[in-house]
Amino acid sequence: MARARFVFSGSGGQGVITASVILAAAAALYEGLYAVQSQTYGPEARGGATRGDVIISKEKINFPKVTQPNILVSLTQEAYNKYVGIVRPGGLVLTDSHSVKTERKVDARQVELPMYQLTMERIGNPIVFNICMLGVVIALTQVVKPSAIIKALEANVSARFLTMNIQAFDLGQELGRGG
Amino acid sequence: MAGVNKTVAGVNKFVQGNEACVEGALYAGLTFFAGYPITPSSEIAELLSVRLPKNRCCFIQMEDEIASICAIIGASLAGNKVMTATSGPGFSLMQEGLGYGIMAEVPCVIVNVMRGGPSTGLPTGPSQGDVNQARWGTHGDHAIVALTASNHQDIFHITVEAFNIAETYRTPVVLLFDEVLGHMRERIVVPKPGELPLVDRLKTEVKQGVDYHPYLPREDGRLPMSDFGGVHRYNVTGLFHDMWGFPTNSPQVVHGLLRHLTDKIENNINAITHYKEHCLDDAEVVMISYGSSARSALHVVANRRSRGERIGLLELQTLWPFPAELVREKCAQAKRVVVVEMNMGQILGAVKQAVAKPDRVTLANRIDGQFITPTDIRNILRLIQGRGV
Repeated sequence: MARARFVFSGSGGQGVITASVILAAAAALYEGLYAVQSQTYGPEARGGATRGDVIISKEKINFPKVTQPNILVSLTQEAYNKYVGIVRPGGLVLTDSHSVKTERKVDARQVELPMYQLTMERIGNPIVFNICMLGVVIALTQVVKPSAIIKALEANVSARFLTMNIQAFDLGQELGRGG
Repeated sequence: MAGVNKTVAGVNKFVQGNEACVEGALYAGLTFFAGYPITPSSEIAELLSVRLPKNRCCFIQMEDEIASICAIIGASLAGNKVMTATSGPGFSLMQEGLGYGIMAEVPCVIVNVMRGGPSTGLPTGPSQGDVNQARWGTHGDHAIVALTASNHQDIFHITVEAFNIAETYRTPVVLLFDEVLGHMRERIVVPKPGELPLVDRLKTEVKQGVDYHPYLPREDGRLPMSDFGGVHRYNVTGLFHDMWGFPTNSPQVVHGLLRHLTDKIENNINAITHYKEHCLDDAEVVMISYGSSARSALHVVANRRSRGERIGLLELQTLWPFPAELVREKCAQAKRVVVVEMNMGQILGAVKQAVAKPDRVTLANRIDGQFITPTDIRNILRLIQGRGV
């Protein structure tokens, strides 16, 4: 993919912004790619539908916002309803089957996985739900190498939660490869 | 003041624009920050509240923006490299202090990460509505330096340059960024120490016990400073003043000082002007833009050039003093000039004054708190080319 455009959406506190920062940092710092991350600000960042945008490219990125994502991730129904219409035809929509009921038929590959449920069963802590999701995204898109994400996690996550984050990332990759 | 700030040289960082500004300020030798956090500039204060104390330098959260600018002016006189950061509402409060800094010739850097206004306006929406406020927000005839940039590496560099200009000309320098730049993240590389030139405080060689004239220029026009509260006693005032710094209403002195305050900036416009140009050589349509808007304009240039259209971009990094000659020269061959900005045409006016044919200048803008998109610009281009939207 010459230029990958991601929209990560969910509700405030789920960590979709953090996931978007880690993905973009991994691409920019450890893969030699251009990457830009931006996010919604304002009341919606505290609950409601929140959104983190990432563009990853081999070429310089001028316009930093995503208008039509190739890859849309929605972790809540509200976010799904709000953003499913903007996904680029032929793109990918990843949703959490525990929280999102996919209703609309879009011209995109729809992947529904029990990311939240598996995170809770296998790790038992919802704070790494976002990193499990990121693992799925990497497995499905291969936009950056898993090792780059691990490096970005090491740089951004406090030491005492690092192991849990890497577990969640591996779990997500496993889930993504199967799905 | 103790401590040299240590930035992580040569290291790639993935940061928000506000953090790129912080890294640039630390690289330039910032030792004192006073501010009142406000969206979308808050990260600057937040990060410096951690970084400055670690370097045994001073961070103060003040009670408001009036106090913030007064604090940095005092700290600068005492020998520090200083900065404050705010957004429109705070910048309004700082205008009185800004004028004082200009009159008393105090080096300082004021960052305004612009949001929608007037008043408290749109705290979380981007805007470039404070461009003319930076120019004329404080009263009285004066010159001002206002700089901007469109990507994080350039934010780093222009922040360093802001400190250099402030020291060279003993003047406040305004950095105008915006919400999009402040909050988005991209990679920067922090240069190694010595890689970028730094202008240090020019200190007087007058010894203790010998009369020091704070406002008596050297042969080259520069005014060496003496740390206030140090070995020399002198006066600092917002009133018109003589070479001792004491108030005067002598017409000759008043006239001379006002001309000096204007000329020291306007006469050095070439040294102060920073810009970038993209595909201007054969451009029939010249876009002029700055800050985050220039990113959308550049997107349009890349896109249309690939289809063979003769379109280019002049990206201004120095907004004030306005580089009128540069603009006139770059637009001389243009059939159309399109100014891209997120306001009602604040640089548009300056461009129209600068070019030979002002009727060929059009505004492409957006003022609804949303970032101007390449589509917005394309629609304006289609309209002026008579092709409809």
